[in-house]
Amino acid sequence: MTAGGWFVMVVAVAGMTGLLGWCIYKVITTPGSAEHLHSQADIETPDVEEDD
Amino acid sequence: MAKANQGKEAWATRVGVILAVTGSAVGLGNFLRFPGLAAQYAGGAFMIPYAVAFLLLGLPIAWVEWSMGRYGGIRGFNSSPGIYRSIWKSRIAPYAGVLALVIPVMIYMYYVYVEAWCLAYAIRYLVGGWDVGMTPDQYSAFFGEFVGMGENGNALSTKGEGVLGSAVFFLVVCFVINFVLIYRGLTKGIEWFCKWAMPALIICALIVLVRVLTLGTPNPELPEQNVVNGLGYMWNPSTEQAGFLEALANPQIWLEAAGQIFFSLSVGFGIIITYSSYMKKDDDVALSGLTAAAGNGFCEVVLGGLITIPAAFVFFGDAIREQLDSAFQLGFKTLPNVFNQMPAGQLIGFLFFFLLFLAAVTSSLSMLQPAIALLEEGLGLKRKASVAMLGFITAVGATFVVYFSKDLTALATIDFWIGTFCIYVLATFQVILFGWVLGVERGFDELRRGAEIQIPGFIKFVIKYISPVYLLVVFGFWIHAEFLATPEPGKQTALQMLKSNTVVQLSVGFIVLVIVFFGLLVAQSVKRWERLERQEGLQ
Repeated sequence: MTAGGWFVMVVAVAGMTGLLGWCIYKVITTPGSAEHLHSQADIETPDVEEDD
Repeated sequence: MAKANQGKEAWATRVGVILAVTGSAVGLGNFLRFPGLAAQYAGGAFMIPYAVAFLLLGLPIAWVEWSMGRYGGIRGFNSSPGIYRSIWKSRIAPYAGVLALVIPVMIYMYYVYVEAWCLAYAIRYLVGGWDVGMTPDQYSAFFGEFVGMGENGNALSTKGEGVLGSAVFFLVVCFVINFVLIYRGLTKGIEWFCKWAMPALIICALIVLVRVLTLGTPNPELPEQNVVNGLGYMWNPSTEQAGFLEALANPQIWLEAAGQIFFSLSVGFGIIITYSSYMKKDDDVALSGLTAAAGNGFCEVVLGGLITIPAAFVFFGDAIREQLDSAFQLGFKTLPNVFNQMPAGQLIGFLFFFLLFLAAVTSSLSMLQPAIALLEEGLGLKRKASVAMLGFITAVGATFVVYFSKDLTALATIDFWIGTFCIYVLATFQVILFGWVLGVERGFDELRRGAEIQIPGFIKFVIKYISPVYLLVVFGFWIHAEFLATPEPGKQTALQMLKSNTVVQLSVGFIVLVIVFFGLLVAQSVKRWERLERQEGLQ
């Protein structure tokens, strides 16, 4: 493993971990954020209820 | 006391939201496709175009897609052709949406097969189906035989092991699970899964990571094959085969890195735009998109990048390259060696592959929604009829992928032309549509509405100029390399393979057929929308 390899690894791992940490911090510290944040997992498509 | 309980609930809700958002996009692309692709381009050099693509393409275009989807949803459209039509008043607009339907449907055709491998490996660990102490070559040979890499049609046989040795059996199980869930509308359970099983997958991956980093030199006769050199294989910017700048001069690496970012973030995929169309007007899309991207990046780079490639190098050395006919296979050949060398390896092996299988189910279910949305919205079909129709189409495609199993050529071909090339084209179209047709100012207002974070103003410049120029320039260089450049000895360009390999030709022919089929569906949908609009006009 070269010095360049260590550098790329540390920057990539720290960068991604830092970005995720910052996002978690923002979600936790922003009042009301939990109600407005969404993902594919929790978005309900209305057609499911229509067919039921 | 009540206040304390409320505080706990709020905390639990936020943690749940974080897990759901970060977990929803995690799938096979992070743990299996990324390491395989990075290994093909010798790791460290790949990380440069990967990081650039993450910042200049992945994140901005994810925001673009979330915003355009919500914009179209507010105007009553949930399918990509309808959403594009609501943004761009041109007759061509809905036809651009054909790609946004074909991409998730065709990726589903092979993704569900890889999902089946995960389930098969999990069950094999559960029932103790591995012989302890198999060598890396034996694990590799097992995988090749299991998926029928020797000859076309080999995957259809069971190799004397009954259902345990049948890839097709596990494919049918996965197919049934997916379609029962989506047919019965049980996809609401996915959120629950993301909150609980996804952290379990990450914990499991961290345990595996610790074991990989402490592997040392498992075979003293091969001292070069140690974990530090394995990390070097993943992260060193230059290799003996290619210097840093030489590696970066290959346009294919930039195309593949952008394609991987799009694949794992589900950008240019047709999925985000469909799901975000169901959101409310003031829901956040900015922090949601960023958190999903960050969760993905973490799983991909930190877990996927530190586990599979270093472990693969430790067990296979420079012969890794011979294990890479398809990017997805490296993990299946490598990880059993790691589990073989750790306490409770059988349990960890089961948990890892089973949780990966569950993560894959959540991703594959979301791949079906864009086409369902079109069949409902454009053709007026009910959900169950749409699901049944889609079940037939994807079953035909999955059978094609399974049958042409020699060297996994059909899978790798569809993965490249759909999972990289078409995604790339669609992402380019979408960023141009947002920046130049919807208008970057109007688009940015849409992005900022309800945003829980402040999006810096320079992102407008990135979306309008940098992302499209970047995508078009890389595409231009790639076309030049494909048509005019001389490939490295022993390698074929995608177009040369298309000219010389019958299965590649059949696979591309099949892609064209599916594109034509969805094109006809979109044409029907346009007629229906126009008829409805005329009726509304008359009233």
